[in-house]
Amino acid sequence: MSIVQLQDMTTNIGPYRILHNVSFEVPTGGVFVLLGRNGAGKTTTLRSIMGLWQTSPKSVFFKGKDISGLHTSEIARMGVAYVPENMGIFGGLTVEENLRLATTKGKFDKSRLSWVYQLFPALEKFWHTKAAALSGGQKQMLSVARAVIEPRELILIDEPTKGLAPAIIANMHDAFAEISQTTTLILVEQNFAFARSLGNQLAVIDDGCVAYTGSMNAFESDAELQARLLGVA
Amino acid sequence: MTERSSKRVFSPHQAFKYAYHTIGRLPGGVFWLPVALGGISFLLISQPATWLTLTIAGLAMGLMIFLMASGLSLVFGLMDVLNFGHSAFISFGAFIAASILSWHAGWLQADSVLLNGAALFLALLGAVSFACIAGWFFETVIIKPVYKDHLRQILITMGALIVCEQLILVVWGGIPLTVPRPAFLQGSVLLGQVPIEVYRLFALLMGLVIYAGLYWLFNATRAGLLVRAGVENREMVEALGYRIDRLFLAVFIGGSALAALGGAIWAGYETMISPALGTEMMTLVFIVVIIGGPGSIQGTLLGALLVGLTGNYLGYLAPKMALATNMLLMLSVLLWRPNGLKPVAS
Repeated sequence: MSIVQLQDMTTNIGPYRILHNVSFEVPTGGVFVLLGRNGAGKTTTLRSIMGLWQTSPKSVFFKGKDISGLHTSEIARMGVAYVPENMGIFGGLTVEENLRLATTKGKFDKSRLSWVYQLFPALEKFWHTKAAALSGGQKQMLSVARAVIEPRELILIDEPTKGLAPAIIANMHDAFAEISQTTTLILVEQNFAFARSLGNQLAVIDDGCVAYTGSMNAFESDAELQARLLGVA
Repeated sequence: MTERSSKRVFSPHQAFKYAYHTIGRLPGGVFWLPVALGGISFLLISQPATWLTLTIAGLAMGLMIFLMASGLSLVFGLMDVLNFGHSAFISFGAFIAASILSWHAGWLQADSVLLNGAALFLALLGAVSFACIAGWFFETVIIKPVYKDHLRQILITMGALIVCEQLILVVWGGIPLTVPRPAFLQGSVLLGQVPIEVYRLFALLMGLVIYAGLYWLFNATRAGLLVRAGVENREMVEALGYRIDRLFLAVFIGGSALAALGGAIWAGYETMISPALGTEMMTLVFIVVIIGGPGSIQGTLLGALLVGLTGNYLGYLAPKMALATNMLLMLSVLLWRPNGLKPVAS
């Protein structure tokens, strides 16, 4: 059973057509990776699923329900979280306030919060610190923590390792591996080694079209395909 | 070493930079600016009684401007809307309050603080209620179609301001309107040997109460948290499951109500108002918002206090400079801190 189905999804931004008839299915559970060169349309695909860009009608399905045309807030309330490339944290708010906004009723579930602390211990330490004062890695932790502070069914994560130190990337890797036990992740990633170690399935986007879909194992073993689609030697 | 540092001479530019960095590092940072301004003017004026009168007048004026500008700041910061029609709410607030006060002239002059207060309360309530309805209409009909288009926003809101001024002319006429004050807010009280107008103290108190209320709202409630988050990143607020358009409408209505409240209190302060009030105040409130940093309530308070105090001090020290004062203040702040004195974190 797939959690997300894209059927001939077309997305325009202003007068430009960015995505052309994108179709693929994301199975429930695990990590689904979106790969592609810069400007291929990966971020636009995530944003289209989240309702942040208008898509063609009847082209995005979440658990079998057509969500194309729904308001972003409605999609979020269905259990979809989004971690944007720029992290989207609120710098003027404390770590606690950032996380509180991501809860449905403004209250934390204690066991869930302990689990988040265990994933990202730095957040407990900087609980009352303004998010603007955090380091890049801590901001990324906060952004991911905000997506998991309450149980979600699907998390869309856009380039989480961009510009981070190796130790933080290792922390992120472990966190995603644990989160994906209970939640489906769609991960946009340029770091192929990182994506390869987490992903079960993948789609490669090239020039606004789906160039490949399949299992990570099959893609990993085809060096010629990697070189052609990603420029990986 | 000691000899070398004792001979160190600062150029005016260096002295300015040094003072700026020192103020920036103090706990409270830029909030010491009004205090520094008060201290410098105390030395220049050198007459404590005059200085105290000017300071109270400046603070009262600043807090009234804060009421008028805070809504604009939120609308600008949260919705990225340049609403030149904001000052129409100030005008309507002033004229509606003036009319209600005139209708209750008997209550105003009665020898009962209760009746005086009831007339004042009705005037303020009338102004605020009208602004809530007008704000809802303005956002839904005029602002919503021009989101994300600054040029059209300027044109349409300027047009709306002109229409509102003409409406005021039609309803109240072109002759300046006298605004009666309740008896309990007339006259002066002695602060030491210095007479201070009671109405100024009332305006000061109202400004402080509203600021405290807004501070509580934005820092201790979920709605306030959402507004602060929305000012920084609207898209992310939506991605967390909130309808930002509904938040916009609520903030717009609240901002319009505050403008009307400010206009109503300003009318009593000036005691005579004309239909041009909105246009006159428009420049002032925009200056305050730019000085403070759009979307920042604390910044708006700081900007308003600086404008109020500077206007009063310079009006006394160099009256010929009075007209240019606000523009000079804005230019200085923009050169110093282009995002305003207390910008919203990004």
